[in-house]
Amino acid sequence: MLKMILRRLAGAIPNIVGVVIVTFLLTRALPGDPAAYFAGPSATTEAIEQIRAQLGLDKSLPHQFVLYLKELASGDLGNSLSTGQPVLAEIRTRLPASLELTLCGLVLACVTAIPLGVLAATRPGSWIDHLCRMLATAGVSLPTFFTGLLLAYVCYFLLGISPSPVGRLDVSFPAPATVTGLYLVDSLIARDMETFRAAAAQLILPAATLGLFVMAPLMRMTRASMLGVLSSDFIRTARASGLSGTKVLYTYAFRNALLPIVTTLGMVFSFLLGSNVLVEKVFAWPGIGSYVIEALVSSDYAPVQGFVLTMALVYVMLNLAIDVMYGVIDPRVGIEG
Amino acid sequence: MNAEAPLLSVKDYSLEFRTRSGTVHALEDVSIEVARGETVGIVGESGSGKSVLSFGILRILDAAADVRAGAISFAGMDMLAAKESALQQVRGREIAMIFQNPRTALNPIRKIGRQIEDVLRTHTSTLQADLKKKAIECLAQVRITDPERRYSAYPFELSGGQCQRVMIALALACNPSLLIADEPTTGLDVTTQAAIMELVSELARERSMATILITHDLALASEYCDRIVVMHAGHVVESAPTARLFERPRHPYTARLIASTPSPEVEIDSLASIPGNLPDLRRNDLPKCRFHARCDRAVAQCTVGPLPEATFEPGHRVRCFNPLAYTAP
Ligand SMILES: Nc1ncnc2c1ncn2[C@@H]1O[C@H](COP(=O)(O)OP(=O)(O)OP(=O)(O)O)[C@@H](O)[C@H]1O
Ligand SMILES: [Mg+2]
Repeated sequence: MLKMILRRLAGAIPNIVGVVIVTFLLTRALPGDPAAYFAGPSATTEAIEQIRAQLGLDKSLPHQFVLYLKELASGDLGNSLSTGQPVLAEIRTRLPASLELTLCGLVLACVTAIPLGVLAATRPGSWIDHLCRMLATAGVSLPTFFTGLLLAYVCYFLLGISPSPVGRLDVSFPAPATVTGLYLVDSLIARDMETFRAAAAQLILPAATLGLFVMAPLMRMTRASMLGVLSSDFIRTARASGLSGTKVLYTYAFRNALLPIVTTLGMVFSFLLGSNVLVEKVFAWPGIGSYVIEALVSSDYAPVQGFVLTMALVYVMLNLAIDVMYGVIDPRVGIEG
Repeated sequence: MNAEAPLLSVKDYSLEFRTRSGTVHALEDVSIEVARGETVGIVGESGSGKSVLSFGILRILDAAADVRAGAISFAGMDMLAAKESALQQVRGREIAMIFQNPRTALNPIRKIGRQIEDVLRTHTSTLQADLKKKAIECLAQVRITDPERRYSAYPFELSGGQCQRVMIALALACNPSLLIADEPTTGLDVTTQAAIMELVSELARERSMATILITHDLALASEYCDRIVVMHAGHVVESAPTARLFERPRHPYTARLIASTPSPEVEIDSLASIPGNLPDLRRNDLPKCRFHARCDRAVAQCTVGPLPEATFEPGHRVRCFNPLAYTAP
C-alpha cells in the first residue's frame, strides 16, 4: 500500500514539471502589460520601463524562467504585485478557506443526496423518486450566486437566524491559532467552542449553497448506480438466501454501488475547489478562487502561477486518495497495480 | 409424510410482467408438486419461464411482476400470503437456490467465506466465534480444495466451477429441505458439469433433500430426476415419471424434445430440431395452446375452448387438445 502511494507520487512528478512550464508560458502570454498596469495610467514611458526592469520583465523568456525556477526551488512563489504580499503566505491562508468551504459543501451534499438517491433507487417511480428528481433539477439549474443570495436574504435579512454573511468569522472573534488553517478544526483544537460555533454559523450558508449545487449529480449517480446493482444477480442470491432487507441494501448493494459515487465525488470536489468564485464573492469568503480571479484581472503573474501549481498538487493528492479508496472498496482493483 | 401432502405444491399459478412494451404473460395456470426427498426436473427451452417460476416460488420476483392467480404452499405454509419476514425465514433455510451464472451470482467484493457466514448468521444460532469454522466446513463439504485458504478468496479469484461449488455451499449451509437448482451447469465445461451434478445429487441424497433441477437439457434431467415437468412458453405441458415420459410422451412438444435429444442410441444426424420459436409472450391474443403454431398435430379445435388437462395414469398429466395415442401393447 505504502509502496503504491510512493510510486504514484513519483509518477506525478513529470506532471508537476509540465504544469510549471505551461503555467509559466501561459501567464506570459496573458494579454495586458503588468508594468504599465502598475505604473498607473499617468506614468511616463521611462517610469514604465523602470518598473519593467524592476520586475525582471525586460529579460528574455528563458532567463525569466530560470529565475522563476530558482525562486520556486527555495519555496518562494514570488510576491503579488497588487498587494505586495508573498504569494505563498496568501495561498496558505486562502487554500484552507476554500478547502473548508468545499469540504463542508460536499459533506452536506453527501448526507442528503446519497440517502435520497438510495431511497429513490429502492422505489423507482414512486413519489419520493419524483421529489428527488425535482430537487436535483432545481439545485443544479439555479445558479450558485442566486441560491447564495437567496439563502443570505432569507436567513440573515428576513429571519435573522444567521450572522452577517461576510467572511469566515465575525469580526468580534479572533481567528483561532493556525494549525490546519481550517477554522472548525483549529477552534476545536484550541477547545474554543464559541469560536467553533461562530465559524460554523458563517460557514453554513455558503456550504449549503455549494451543497445544493452538487446534490444533483451526486443523487443521480447514486440512484443510477444503486439501480444497476440492485438488479444484478448477486443481489438476487442474497435475497434468495433470506438475508434481511437492510443487510442486502447496505452490505451487498450499497458497497458495490460506491465506486461510481466515489468517482463523482472526486470530480465534483476538484471542480469546486478552484471554481466556486461566485459563492466566495457572494459571501465575501477569502478563498483561493476569488484571489486568483483578482490576480488574473490585474495581470499579476505570481499569484496565478502559484494557484495553478497548488491546484495541480491538490489534484495529484486527490487522485491518489481516490485510488486508495477504490482499493479499499473493491478487491479487484489491484492495490499494487 | 404421506403421498397426499407434497412438500411444495404450486397450483394454477399465473404471472405477468408489466413492462413498457406491454404485458408479458410469463406463466399461465402452472401446477407442479414436489414430494419430500424427490428430484423433479423442469425442462423447457430458453424463455419458457423456468427461472421465473422458481423466483415466484421464493417470492423474489422484481417489482414489475404481478401474480394473477394461483396458490403456492410449502410445507403447509401459504407462500403467497406470507409476510416478508416469514419469507426471509424460509429462504435460505428451508428453500435454497443455485443460480444460472455462478460468476455473477456471488457478491464480487465480499470474501466467499463471509458470504457463507452471512447466511449462517441469519438462519442459525452459530456463535460468532464458530462462524468461520462452520463456513470452512461448508466449503469442505462441496470439496473445494484447501477450504481454509479459499475462505478469504474473492469470487474473481476462482474458476467458474469453483464459484458454483461455493454457490452450492452457500445454498446448503442451513440444510434446506428443498433445493432449486436453476441450470447449475450452464457455462461450465463438460467434466466440471458432471462433477457439479454428481455433487448436487450426492448431497441431496445424503440429506434426503428434495430438488428441483431446472435445465433445458432433457438428457441431463433424465439422468438425475425421478419426475420431469416439461414447460413451454409459460405452460406446463406435460409431467410424468422420467421413464414413463421417455417411453410414452403424450404431448407433441415432449415427443419433439425427446427426438431432438442426443443419446447413445440415436445418431446425431437423425436428431430432429423443433420448428419455429416460442410465441411472443407480450401478445394479448395468445392462443389457448401456445404450442399450436409449431405443432404438427394441430387440429381445428386447438384454438378454441380452454386447454384440457388429461391424466393418463396416476402422475402422468398432459395439457393438449390432441395428445399422442398409443395402442395397448
Ligand atoms: N423482469 C422481467 N420483466 C419482463 N419480462 C420478464 C422478466 N423476467 C422474465 N421475463 C420474461 O419471462 C419469460 C420467461 O423467462 P425465464 O427467464 O423464466 O426463462 P427461462 O425458462 O429461465 O429461460 P433460460 O433457459 O434462458 O434461463 C421470458 O419471455 C422473459 O422475457
Ligand atoms: Mg432461466
